[in-house]
Amino acid sequence: MMLLFYLAAAIAVISTAAVIVQTNIVHALIYLILSLLAVAVIFYVLGAPFAALLEAIVYAGAIMVLFLFVIMMLNLGQHTRDEERSWMTMQVWIAPSIMAAILLAQLVNVLSQYDQELTPVRVGVLEVSALLFGPYVLAVELASILLLAGLVSAYHLAKK
Amino acid sequence: MESIPIEHGLILAGILFTLGLIGVLTRRNIVFVLMSLEIMLNASGLAFIVASARWGHAEGQVMFLMILTLAAAEVAVGLGLIIQVYRRYQTVDINVLSEMKG
Repeated sequence: MMLLFYLAAAIAVISTAAVIVQTNIVHALIYLILSLLAVAVIFYVLGAPFAALLEAIVYAGAIMVLFLFVIMMLNLGQHTRDEERSWMTMQVWIAPSIMAAILLAQLVNVLSQYDQELTPVRVGVLEVSALLFGPYVLAVELASILLLAGLVSAYHLAKK
Repeated sequence: MESIPIEHGLILAGILFTLGLIGVLTRRNIVFVLMSLEIMLNASGLAFIVASARWGHAEGQVMFLMILTLAAAEVAVGLGLIIQVYRRYQTVDINVLSEMKG
């Protein structure tokens, strides 16, 4: 289990890094799907099979297909790739990378003071749905209203 | 089952979040910016799952569901905006949008 966790973590980090340095947008999308599937494996290892399934179905399935549709609609071809290459200069990367690295170092510094082990306990669909339709039922209703608002505004914005 | 140190999971979430942040700050293609935002949202969801696995509770998974809903709605609206921007300016460069001021 532990080996699986670290393997999936390495795949997630490498493929996420590949997403942000890619110039070909479809390749970047495929790497993003790989990263999301690796995170789904991590969820499963951590004892959250329901979240793993949702990650694979909703994130890697539905949301990435939305991205794919839009890339197809925009028809970004060779000239976009050349444009991307011309934007990928070294000086663009230096300052944000250094600042983000400082933030990450601080985070690691704070987190490494914890010295706790977690033993994965399987928390399945039953417990999650008992919570969802018990104390958090108002949050579920609000989420449905948010999705409805997203639907209406996406229809309105993408209209000619 | 073997146990995993909790800080490794949280540090993984931090690394993914930082990579997404670098993507948002450096990329000029608006589709890549939206993809990096997705990475950041996913990393925060991972942190919730790690925390809920530490305590053996289901609350973290509920919060992950909320993040998932938020990401879906955000992507739908964002992609609609991208289509509209591409129709008006025929480009996906976000710097072109800076002429939208005042």
